[in-house]
Amino acid sequence: MTPKLRVRGLRKAFGDKQVLAGVDLEVAAGTSMVVIGGSGSGKSVLLKCIIGLIEPDEGVIEIDGTDLAGLDRDAREAKRAQIGMLFQNGALFDSLPVWENVAFGLLARGAVARREARARAERVLAQVGLAASVGDLSPSELSGGMQKRVGLARAIAAEPAIMFFDEPTTGLDPIMGAIIDGLIVDCVRRLGSTAVAITHDMASARRIGDHAAMLHQGRIVWTDRAEHLLDSGNAVVDQFTHGRREGPIQMELRR
Amino acid sequence: MNALLDALAGTGRSALALCQAAGQLALFGLAGLFHVLRPPFYGRMVLRSMLDIGYFSLPVVALTAIFTGMVLALQSYTGFARFSAEGAIANLVVLSITRELGPVLAGLMVAGRAGAAMAAELGTMRVTDQIDALGTLSTNPMKYLVVPRLIAGTIALPLLVVIADILGVLGGFIIATLKLGFNSATYLRNTLDFLETDDVVSGLVKAAVFGFIIALMGCFNGYNSRGGAQGVGAATTSAVVSASVLILAFDYVLTELFFSR
Repeated sequence: MTPKLRVRGLRKAFGDKQVLAGVDLEVAAGTSMVVIGGSGSGKSVLLKCIIGLIEPDEGVIEIDGTDLAGLDRDAREAKRAQIGMLFQNGALFDSLPVWENVAFGLLARGAVARREARARAERVLAQVGLAASVGDLSPSELSGGMQKRVGLARAIAAEPAIMFFDEPTTGLDPIMGAIIDGLIVDCVRRLGSTAVAITHDMASARRIGDHAAMLHQGRIVWTDRAEHLLDSGNAVVDQFTHGRREGPIQMELRR
Repeated sequence: MNALLDALAGTGRSALALCQAAGQLALFGLAGLFHVLRPPFYGRMVLRSMLDIGYFSLPVVALTAIFTGMVLALQSYTGFARFSAEGAIANLVVLSITRELGPVLAGLMVAGRAGAAMAAELGTMRVTDQIDALGTLSTNPMKYLVVPRLIAGTIALPLLVVIADILGVLGGFIIATLKLGFNSATYLRNTLDFLETDDVVSGLVKAAVFGFIIALMGCFNGYNSRGGAQGVGAATTSAVVSASVLILAFDYVLTELFFSR
């Protein structure tokens, strides 16, 4: 069966630094993949390459078996319009009220009129546990947890087929982190979407992911079901998931 | 010998960096112009930018223009009185304001106010991933953020300069009639007799070019800012300085084009 998302031989360097050195990854339709890895391991670069924010040096990115590089610009944009993204810090537009943030993608595609967009935004806000009155607030008036919820609402508003989550629990307390993870799982299941999350929060990884993969030195060095994260039998994954100082992962330190 | 080579290498690196920046700016400007002509068009963003650049800059431009006209009348009187040429003050004030000082001073003021704000806003959007987020929401950031500002800058600055021209001449009129004892009807007649359409039009064309430059430099520096708060600060400074220098340079070029015979 053709995977929803397939990445083959993805390479990306910034100057002398080879961040991605041939990443291979497959995500089956309707499943969730969590990519773990240390800070600076290239998780965010991988995500940005897939969603088209960074141009990879080499490699193939396929959605539904179609190589995005082989499409013309309009067709590529149409494929990428199936993607929703929750950014690490929310990335809410601070010049717009919350409801316009949530409905931004719908309005940009011309899918709905402004009045209908407002109603849709309020429905989506309710799905992430926020009252309709929050729609009139500015993003700067929201707490970190509420900003994540609004970011999630914006990501799911257009009911995307593929969703990406960049460090969804970073900066949140454990309870709020668990709430956000629960919302992510609920939304992905309800929409039947395929999800890819990157994180270094092990609790979050096990809550969100059906499968997990470890990115290390620019390559995927392990992949399995997410429940095996803590007993993977892989030295790199074991060191990372248990937070051991000694092991094959050598942190780059400048002296 | 090594010191000499190091110095040459440093000069070469700077020259290459300058060429690279000029090339990036040219490509950015061309991309902006290309997107001006292609839908979708964001009329609301153009109106919002017009308000930011034009309406909210009105007080500072108005004050600058009126005081410049007043100073011009006062200074030219002290100079011209030595040659009994006081009658030329109205001519000097109106030509200086409409051809040069109106567009240049308005441009510099708007560069400091709106150009800096543009760079800071886009720079903050860049470092907080808001520009990347636009790309994931079926929105081209160049079309949504840059094009409306380029259009608004090019339209708003000439409108501001029309007001600056009127207020600058008014400033000269106030000083000439209330302080220097000129007859108000004679002063106004001299002003209108000497003023030609080309004087006003050349000033407005300059203003349109300056407005485009201000928006371009504000957007270019903000859009490409890197490195958090410090990067945004550097982008803001660079936007104002580069726009100001380019305004003065293009003022000379446009003056050559309009008035050299």
